[in-house]
Amino acid sequence: MTVDAPGPAGAESAAGEPVLRLEEVRKGYGSSLVLRDVTLEVPVHTVTALIGASGSGKSTLLRCVNLLEEVDDGGIFLDGAEITAPRVDQDAVRRRIGVVFQSYNLFPHMTVLDNITLAPRRVHRVPRDRAEAEALELLARLGLADRAGAYPDRLSGGQQQRVAILRAVATRPRLLLLDEVTAALDPELVGEVLAVIRDLKEEGMTMVLATHEMAFARDVADQVCFLDAGVVLERGTPAEVFGAPRQQRTRDFLRRLTEAGRL
Amino acid sequence: MTVSDDADDRPGDMAGGKGEDVTGGPPDVKATPAAYVPSARRIARERYRRARTRRSFAVAAVSSAATAAVLVALVVNAPGWQRTRATFLNAHYARVALPKVLDGLWLNLRLLVVCGAIVLVAGLLLAMLRTLRGPVFFPVRALATVYVDFFRGLPLIICILVCVFGVPALRLSGVTHDPVLLGGFALCLTYTAYVAEVFRAGIESVHPGQRAAARSLGLTTAQTMRHVVLPQAVRLVVPALLNDMVSLQKDTGLVSIGGAVDAVYAAEIIASRDFNYTPYVVAGLIFVVITIPMTRFTDWVAARMNARQSQGGAV
Repeated sequence: MTVDAPGPAGAESAAGEPVLRLEEVRKGYGSSLVLRDVTLEVPVHTVTALIGASGSGKSTLLRCVNLLEEVDDGGIFLDGAEITAPRVDQDAVRRRIGVVFQSYNLFPHMTVLDNITLAPRRVHRVPRDRAEAEALELLARLGLADRAGAYPDRLSGGQQQRVAILRAVATRPRLLLLDEVTAALDPELVGEVLAVIRDLKEEGMTMVLATHEMAFARDVADQVCFLDAGVVLERGTPAEVFGAPRQQRTRDFLRRLTEAGRL
Repeated sequence: MTVSDDADDRPGDMAGGKGEDVTGGPPDVKATPAAYVPSARRIARERYRRARTRRSFAVAAVSSAATAAVLVALVVNAPGWQRTRATFLNAHYARVALPKVLDGLWLNLRLLVVCGAIVLVAGLLLAMLRTLRGPVFFPVRALATVYVDFFRGLPLIICILVCVFGVPALRLSGVTHDPVLLGGFALCLTYTAYVAEVFRAGIESVHPGQRAAARSLGLTTAQTMRHVVLPQAVRLVVPALLNDMVSLQKDTGLVSIGGAVDAVYAAEIIASRDFNYTPYVVAGLIFVVITIPMTRFTDWVAARMNARQSQGGAV
């Protein structure tokens, strides 16, 4: 299996076309505006880290991309095709995008193996034995093969989140969204989850991750976006955003993190 | 996609292994060769705990015996006790009534099984109809809501009367006049409304994150319902469903108002012939006796499901 194999539903995009493109995306709840005309491009095989304080719109942005939220204005494009257009098959779009949640959201009534093989079997119609063989291979690579028959409650947080990542990539998505995937973990378990994400990057997976792990963002991201009150205030390479922030608000945010010992 | 097996992977593995150890064996399993000798402190603590247990047991026994004695004395010394005992607790009439009541009970049990199965399926279907989204389904949603509101509010006895006496009055050809079938139909109408509400509560109490995770994997609404929401919802509502089934079992007795001879009606026949109410007591006790194993069975099923799914033993 390789990451850059075209997904079952997705044709390869034209050369140079980013996997994901946001064009002046606007999203509000009632009177409060959460995303204010966000524009963003995520090229293939790159990692984009969204940083910013709680409530800055990182999670909303990811939910909009996965069509769990409807945008108010602007457009989102996956491989050049607008997915926010009317009459788009939302299930087909979601089949090409993997999501990992902060609170894992594993299905508690299924074993680890069933969690991972559910989408390949039911959505992509992969025969059970092949889906299970592939899932076991993925589990084995993370040293979790012996947990295949266990229920999620029996796993540590780090193991659960690694299984959740495997579940999201088992269908070979074109794009992987990670929403604060280490925020609910005990500090000593963060490393094992970040190691998996690092491996996925090596494999060429295109990813967008919202994160509070600044050291990790600096290390693994190709592009860092600082969101503040729904606006992409600053966008650049990790060296640019962390090393020489242009905006005062970015500097304030990074200083607060430094003072809290998080940077 | 491959997740490479390089050095980056190792720290993760080790952390995972460490996590297992923490949740694993008891803390006193140190790898030291010397055998564990409980300290005097532990022995004293356990002796104290045993003494407490014995004392609690003795107190409970004495207290129960005293309460029972008071209750018995109260009843036996009541001015009408002799008369009541002769009318309600007569061994002769109990023996006479038992075989007839058991004969009638067979009807109650058949009604319970058939109506219970219909009610569970129809209730689940109705609950799912009420969760459908989209304008096409508006009439379906509206009808389901009206149905539940109506039959939950309508007293069961009126529902049965209307079905048992009203349907034959229509003189429709090909429609049964059998009071058992019509009474059973009335039971299904009312209980489906109750059970649908129980299922709907279960469906709505599944965490929204579960739905989001399923949809993000590309599952359709129907697949999400079938594979993710319903299995969790059903587990949540098993105790509430049992409650409704026990209630249904008792209400099967109401089909007797249409003339069907069930356990209650069999008792009534004897009671009104001999002016002795013992058959009612016999029928009532039998109903109690058959609900108890049902309750235990459901508790056992629920406990087994939970044990399989979570590690919490006593918690």
